[in-house]
Amino acid sequence: MEVLFKLTSQMETDDREGNRMWEEDSSPKHLLDTMFARGIKRKCFDGEEDIEGTLAGFKSVPSYNLQRQSLLDMSLVKLQLCHMLVEPNLCRSVLIANTVRQIQEEMTQDGTWQVINAQNTGQASLDRLVSSDILCRSTKEQGEGKLVPSYSSFSKDFEDIQSQDIISDLSTVASVQAPRNPQSNVWEMENPQENRGNFQKSLDQIFETLENKNPNSVEDLFSDVDNSYYDLDTVLTGMMSNTKMGHCDVLESFSSQTTTNSNSNCKSDINELDHIVEILVES
Amino acid sequence: MPFGLALQSADIISTVEFNHSGELLATGDKGGRVVIFQQEQENKTQTHSRGEYNVYSTFQSHEPEFDYLKSLEIEEKINKIRWLPQKNAAQFLLSTNDKTIKLWKISERDKRPEGYNLKEEDGRYRDPTTVTTLRVPVFRPMDLMVEASPRRIFANAHTYHINSISINSDYETYLSADDLRINLWHLEITDRSFNIVDIKPANMEELTEVITAAEFHPNSCNTFVYSSSKGTIRLCDMRASALCDRHSKLFEEPEDPSNRSFFSEIISSISDVKFSHSGRYMMTRDYLSVKIWDLNMENRPVETYQVHEYLRSKLCSLYENDCIFDKFECCWNGSDSVVMTGSYNNFFRMFDRNTKRDITLEASRENNKPRTVLKPRKVCASGKRKKDEISVDSLDFNKKILHTAWHPKENIIAVATTNNLYIFQDKVN
Repeated sequence: MEVLFKLTSQMETDDREGNRMWEEDSSPKHLLDTMFARGIKRKCFDGEEDIEGTLAGFKSVPSYNLQRQSLLDMSLVKLQLCHMLVEPNLCRSVLIANTVRQIQEEMTQDGTWQVINAQNTGQASLDRLVSSDILCRSTKEQGEGKLVPSYSSFSKDFEDIQSQDIISDLSTVASVQAPRNPQSNVWEMENPQENRGNFQKSLDQIFETLENKNPNSVEDLFSDVDNSYYDLDTVLTGMMSNTKMGHCDVLESFSSQTTTNSNSNCKSDINELDHIVEILVES
Repeated sequence: MPFGLALQSADIISTVEFNHSGELLATGDKGGRVVIFQQEQENKTQTHSRGEYNVYSTFQSHEPEFDYLKSLEIEEKINKIRWLPQKNAAQFLLSTNDKTIKLWKISERDKRPEGYNLKEEDGRYRDPTTVTTLRVPVFRPMDLMVEASPRRIFANAHTYHINSISINSDYETYLSADDLRINLWHLEITDRSFNIVDIKPANMEELTEVITAAEFHPNSCNTFVYSSSKGTIRLCDMRASALCDRHSKLFEEPEDPSNRSFFSEIISSISDVKFSHSGRYMMTRDYLSVKIWDLNMENRPVETYQVHEYLRSKLCSLYENDCIFDKFECCWNGSDSVVMTGSYNNFFRMFDRNTKRDITLEASRENNKPRTVLKPRKVCASGKRKKDEISVDSLDFNKKILHTAWHPKENIIAVATTNNLYIFQDKVN
C-alpha cells in the first residue's frame, strides 16, 4: 500500500505559556480534507455488500482514488467556470491547471489513467459532478441522511468493480467526465500516451479559451455536454457563463495542437477584423 | 495593547497605504475610489493619544472600462496605491487598477485671490467701460479645500493584470508588474515603458508559473525582487542586463516532504513580498505562513511564522470555496521588529521577531467597544474548546483581512476588513 503523505495534523505546541495551544483534530469534518491529510489509500469494497453497508463504509473510508477523482472533477469545473465578463484571474487558473496536471501524472503512474468508451456520456457525467459536490460537504450533512441519487450509482459501480479503482476519462471536451455506463461495464484500455495527448489537448483548449476568447471554441468545449450540466454549473456556483467572446488575437500564434476548427474560426475573425479596419479607414 | 476606532463603511477596500511620514493614510476600493485620511495634529491637552485620522480627500481614481478587442470589462478596482515622498507642499501618489497606473497630485488650497479688476467676485465679467481704477488682487484665506488632479496616466503597457507597483529609491522611476511581465517607467514619461522581466512562454500551454508581486529595494536603486506562484523569489540587478530574465539570486525553501499534498503548490504561492525598512531582509506571505528572508541567504528563510496552521487540514474545503486563492498582504513596523498579516474571521496576527511572541486580534465592532483595549483571540483546532476560544469550524471565511498597514514611525496600524477600515494605536501613558 502506497502511503502518499504522512499525518499532517500534528500541530506545534506552544509551551511558552505552559499550555498546549493546539490539539489534534481527530474528528473528520470533511472527508476530503481528512483523506488528503492522512493519505491512506484503501481498496474498493467487494461487490456483494448491500448498499447501506457500502455507503457506511464509503463514508468512513473513502477510496483515495475516488477522492483524487473528485478533486480532479472539481478542478476541471473550476477551470471552466471563468468569469467571462471580466478576464479570469490568470494566477488562479494556472494553479488549478497545475493541480490537474499533477493528478493526471499521478494517475498515469498509477496506471489508473484509462480511456472509456467515448460514447458513454450524459447523465452519468452529471452524477459524477454531483457526487464530488457531495463529497465536499461536511460529514454532519451526510450524517443527517441526505442521500443523493448519485450515491446509488456509485455504490453500483463499487459492486461492478471488484478490485479495480474508479476510472476516469478526459475526452477532448475537457469539462466533462465521460464515465462508465453502469449497465454495460465495458472498459477500454488504451495507450496512456494517447490519454496524455487527449488531456494535454483539453488543457490546451482551456488555455486557448483564456488567451483567445474565441467564441466558437468555447462553444465547442460545451457542445458535447449534456445541457443539464450547464444548469448544474449555474447551481453550483451561482454564476451565469457568458459565452459572448471577443475576437481572436491575431498576433498570438498557437501550437499545432489546436484543432482545425479553431483555426478556421481564427480566420473568420481575421476577416472580420479586416472588415472593421476597412470601415475605420474609410471613415 | 492597541485600542482604536472604526472608520466608515464604503465599498470593498482593496488597498491600504500610509505615506512616508504617516500623516496620511490612503485607501483604494473596488469602486475605483481613493479615500485619504489625515492624522490630526496632536492636541496639547490630550496627551494620551496621538491624533485621530479623519477624511482628508476623496476622489474617483479609475473608472470601469471596456476592452473592445477582447469584449471584456476592465475593473476599476484599485489594486495598489504607493505614495511618493513629499517634495513640496503637494502630495503625490500612484494608484493602479488592472491595466492603468495614474499619478495623482493632492494639493491644498486655503487661500483664494480676491479683487480682480475685470471680474466680479462671483466670476461674472465686468463691463470694461465701468472700470475706472485699478487694484492689485490679494490672497484671502478660505476654507481648506483639498484637490486631487491626475498628473500622469500610464496606460496600455500591460496585457495581463497589474498586481504590484513599486517606486524606486531614486524617486524618478517605478516598476509595475502583471502576471507575466514587469515594466520600468519614468514618472515623467507616459508614452513608453521599459520591459525588464518577461516570463511569458512562447506557447501559453507551457505556462505553469506567474508573477505574484514585485518590489524595489528600499536603498539600492538597481535591485528589485519578484515572487511567483511556485513560492520562489527572484532578486534582479538591473545593471546586469537590460532584460532581467536571469535572476541574480533565487530564494526558495525546499519542500517539506511530510507535508506534501495536491495543494502544496497552491499554498506555497506567494501573495505578497515586502522589504524591511533596513533593506536587509524581505518578508513573504504564502497561504499559511509568513517568512523572513535574509537577502544573503537563498536556500531558506531565517524566520517562519505560522499564521493559521489549523487550516492545513481544511485545504480541500478552502480549495472548493476558492478561499485558498485569497491573497493576504503583510507589513513591517517602522523598526522592523514586528510583522503583521491578516487572516479569516476578521482576525489579524502580529509576530514579534525579537521576543518570538505572537498575538491574534480581531477587527470588529461587535466585539470591541471603541477606545477599549483589544482582547487577544485564540483559535482552537480540536473539539475541546476553552472558554473564549473560537473553534476552527465556526470561523467565518467571508470575513477576511487581506490588507493591513503599519505607520512608518509610530505604533499605529490600519486594518481593512471587507467594508470597514480600522485604525488601532498603542495606548500611550
